[in-house]
Amino acid sequence: MHRYILHRILLTIPTLLGVAVIVFVLMRVIPGDIVEMRFAEGHFFNQELVDKERARFGLDRPLWRQFVEWLWGVVRLDFGLSMWSGGPIRHEIAIRLQLSLQLALMATMVAVLLAIPLGTLAALRQDTWIDYTVRVFSIAGLAIPSFWLGILMFLFFLIVFQWIPPMVFTPFWRDPWQNLAQMTWPALSVGYRYSAVAARMTRAAMLEVLREDYIRTARAKGLWQSRIVRRHALKNAMLPVLTVFGLEFAFLLGGLVVTEQVFNLNGLGLLFVQSVARRDYTLVQALVLLMALVYIAVNFGVDLLYAWLDPRIRYQ
Amino acid sequence: MSLGDFARRWPLGVASAVIIVLMIGCAVFAPVIAPYDPLETDFAAQFSPPTPTHWLGTDAFGRDLLSRLMYGSRTALLIGFVAAFVGATLGAILGVASAYFGGRVDLGVQRLVEIFLAFPIIILALAVVSILGTGVSNVIVAITVPMIPNCTRVVRSSALAVRAMPYVEAAHAVGCGDARTVLRHMLPNVMGPYLIMLTAFVGQAILLEASLSFLGLGVAEPTPAWGLMLRGAAVEFAESAPWMAIFPGLAISLGVFAFNLFGDALRDALDPKLRTL
Repeated sequence: MHRYILHRILLTIPTLLGVAVIVFVLMRVIPGDIVEMRFAEGHFFNQELVDKERARFGLDRPLWRQFVEWLWGVVRLDFGLSMWSGGPIRHEIAIRLQLSLQLALMATMVAVLLAIPLGTLAALRQDTWIDYTVRVFSIAGLAIPSFWLGILMFLFFLIVFQWIPPMVFTPFWRDPWQNLAQMTWPALSVGYRYSAVAARMTRAAMLEVLREDYIRTARAKGLWQSRIVRRHALKNAMLPVLTVFGLEFAFLLGGLVVTEQVFNLNGLGLLFVQSVARRDYTLVQALVLLMALVYIAVNFGVDLLYAWLDPRIRYQ
Repeated sequence: MSLGDFARRWPLGVASAVIIVLMIGCAVFAPVIAPYDPLETDFAAQFSPPTPTHWLGTDAFGRDLLSRLMYGSRTALLIGFVAAFVGATLGAILGVASAYFGGRVDLGVQRLVEIFLAFPIIILALAVVSILGTGVSNVIVAITVPMIPNCTRVVRSSALAVRAMPYVEAAHAVGCGDARTVLRHMLPNVMGPYLIMLTAFVGQAILLEASLSFLGLGVAEPTPAWGLMLRGAAVEFAESAPWMAIFPGLAISLGVFAFNLFGDALRDALDPKLRTL
């Protein structure tokens, strides 16, 4: 087991390095750099000034040196300064992470509360109208764009209550009511899609588990249906569902680019779009690396959880 | 089997097929059935609500929404089909080759897949559009790239089982080369997962195109595209002209819904063992 963990941790190094190389190259392939973006806004343009600015950001040095220096910083957990704002990247990310993390957690709550009961119910009543309703509900969840659902919510509030959710983020600990008045709606609109994915997986996993011999044994013993479902079936069916929750959570942290735009949320997704548009190399690189790290860590965590929950995997 | 039996056996599948056929019909016959030119502006009819002359109303430039939705299905289907086909096919070939060669090749391909999976899809697409610029063909590339690793991973796991089959060994015994074994003997046997991924990808591609266009990073004006129709004025004037925000979103949802449902039905039909999934 220890060897397996060590092996997995070592395997993340080439993956992260690959991500680092790709994002570094991608950013430099995109036409224009931060200096051009800045001067494009301004009034006068003078080559000497442009060169000076480029030198200030180290953009005049050979690419390999820029890469090595950046990587050396990352290894020491020093992500440097944002090229656009000049502030430390760690700080730039930290202030948005709070919002993104809260949204991801709330959406996960919505998904858990909807997906597990619905998925289980659909599996227990396979091919009845309940099953069909749940399936249509979840396929619709995959089809309806979250950002459009957000627009519809705004429209509904505006027309029915002449009210729109607050547009400025208030941390939960400062004013929970104000915070929830803003965050509940994006959490619901994202949570619907999320619960759709999870409900489909719950249903599939439950259907598989319900056909296992030990379920038949439990039935033969005369156990109550509710006990069979909760103790014997659900516990075993939760493994693949955990994977879905893990992957979706990782996605939510950084992938909510469009929904954040609709709800005017200043989260990591919006920061990413802005940084790409501004050619803020250092910030984009740090963000992509962070998201890749979260994705890898979540995958790894889920695998470990599998081994912990399922002794058959542990002993292999 | 008659059409009626078909509908009884796979009610959801038939329903989705009907929607898809309607969408394709709209796309193909748009010039014939659309009541207006989708690009024609009419400032006398700005923000017209749904009326008998403009069934679904008009937008900020007085363009007819129904006509724009019909032409928009061309954009959606073109991008959806091409991106899904290229992405799934390249992914499948890579997945089968990875399983076939095994060893170092497999390890290398899997690491590469992992690197790309670690990038959130929309972010990868965003980077590609930033490099190539907006426009239909660039959006297709942007959407295709993130699909390849997904399909590679799924097809590889099926191909690993196929690899162990006696007929692969037999192909070798009769002197088939690597390329022939992969393309002629292994690829046809992973058609099930390939087709399932393909239909799922069409829906995803339509959704991703809509998201990119909504951000202003996809198809460019004045091309009629559903995501683009939701951008700008549709949101700004949502209170006074809600039809502009409602109908394009409905079109996206219905289209993606149909392809997802069709994919599910296809999986049930192709692979009874996966019926439970």
